[in-house]
Amino acid sequence: MEQKTPLYESHIRHGGKIVPFAGYLLPVQYKTGVIAEHMAVRTACGLFDVSHMGEILCSGPDAVPNLNRLLTNDFTQMYDGQARYSPMCNEAGGVVDDLIVYKVRDEHYFIVVNAANKDKDFAWMQAHQCGNVTFEDISPAVAQLALQGPKAPEILKKLVSEENLPPKYYSARFDARIGELPCVISRTGYTGENGYEIYLAADKAERLWERLLEIGKEEGLIPCGLGARDTLRLEAAMPLYGHEMDDTITPLEAGLGTFVKWEKESFIGKEALKRHRQPSKKRVGLKVTGRGIIREHCTVYCDGREIGRTTSGTQGPYLGYPIAMALVETDSAVPGTAVEADVRGRRVAAEIAALPFYKKGQPRG
Amino acid sequence: MNEYKYRESHEWVKFEDETTALIGISSYAQESLGDIVFVNLPSVGDAVTAGETFADVESVKAVSDIYSPVSGVVAEVNEALCDRPETINEDPLGAWFIKVEKITETEELMEEEAYGPFVAGLE
Repeated sequence: MEQKTPLYESHIRHGGKIVPFAGYLLPVQYKTGVIAEHMAVRTACGLFDVSHMGEILCSGPDAVPNLNRLLTNDFTQMYDGQARYSPMCNEAGGVVDDLIVYKVRDEHYFIVVNAANKDKDFAWMQAHQCGNVTFEDISPAVAQLALQGPKAPEILKKLVSEENLPPKYYSARFDARIGELPCVISRTGYTGENGYEIYLAADKAERLWERLLEIGKEEGLIPCGLGARDTLRLEAAMPLYGHEMDDTITPLEAGLGTFVKWEKESFIGKEALKRHRQPSKKRVGLKVTGRGIIREHCTVYCDGREIGRTTSGTQGPYLGYPIAMALVETDSAVPGTAVEADVRGRRVAAEIAALPFYKKGQPRG
Repeated sequence: MNEYKYRESHEWVKFEDETTALIGISSYAQESLGDIVFVNLPSVGDAVTAGETFADVESVKAVSDIYSPVSGVVAEVNEALCDRPETINEDPLGAWFIKVEKITETEELMEEEAYGPFVAGLE
């Protein structure tokens, strides 16, 4: 039985089309539709309910050594409020999950994980913890709203003073207030646009949701669903767990090598990753040149030879053409290479494209 | 003649005479699919068979097969849909996919009066 986020009733009220996703009932779109919601985020602003995401607190004198052992990135040098992305690997180098770690203050870290993985992650962290540290799953008490788009700062500034806003990308204010409401305001997102992710008490989420929609109306703010979240992250080539990576795909294959810090003495999966430091597969973009959409799990061919499989694919609403990501043999992973994908028995032409497809501020077509 | 009849899978057929008809998809279908961005249509002269798929429609979210309510031969294809697939969202009853002639078989279909309540029951 799927759970409801604290905003479920609001979604129904705003005409959200509800679907089950990662154990939650969430809107895939509102009456506006995926394309309009996508375009709102690229040109104005969109508001997403991402309360399904999991939040875990890691605290204690041994917090940093534990994070450094569990995760492939390095958490030694961080300032208060700083955010850092990292894969979390298993012993074989496969990805248990990808997540964001915030330093709240010394010995206190706030970890945001994927909804579908949160129980697995929490169990994994507890099973591998050592020394003086505790992990606490606070997901049920926390709601998360994502305010994304070029107009996001303008909208949020109507509710909060400048000093409540994190000045830098990938940083957060843990002592922020929106009116009287304590919350965490983070400059992060999953859309390829400027914007904020706001964490707050679950029982206060609906009030903030409605307030933001009201004050953002004149800037063109609309509520957006999971459909647009997926097309936006795909244009920006952001990987999605269960697609571009999973327990059997390494961060190196997924193109996340910059988040693997070899200079760390040890971390879970290091030995296995070292053996595959030059992976035989690589994540690439596909730009469809033929007719149709190449979605996930399509076999990719180059000169008639199978070279890999797609991991995600969609129409790129802002780009105006269909795009996909694929894991293909490293030798074939050269931008411009002509390939074909088997879409339900039909070959659709595409070419290998550099990632990301879309960069912030890029003009349309 | 000239009345829309519907399959349970939400295609409509509108007969122009005894053996010629237009086929499209219902308003309910376009709404469930969401923003339509591609249509793959058959060619003129292709045979279509009642109960079998003859086209597919891609929305941003998913691909869906479109089934023929009749058996016959494709006489015309609405090529304009390839350039402006959003027409299907805007005017589903006007945006015909194909015109079929030499119809030899027609499935049992719902009249408008039956289809309305049928769709209402799905929500």
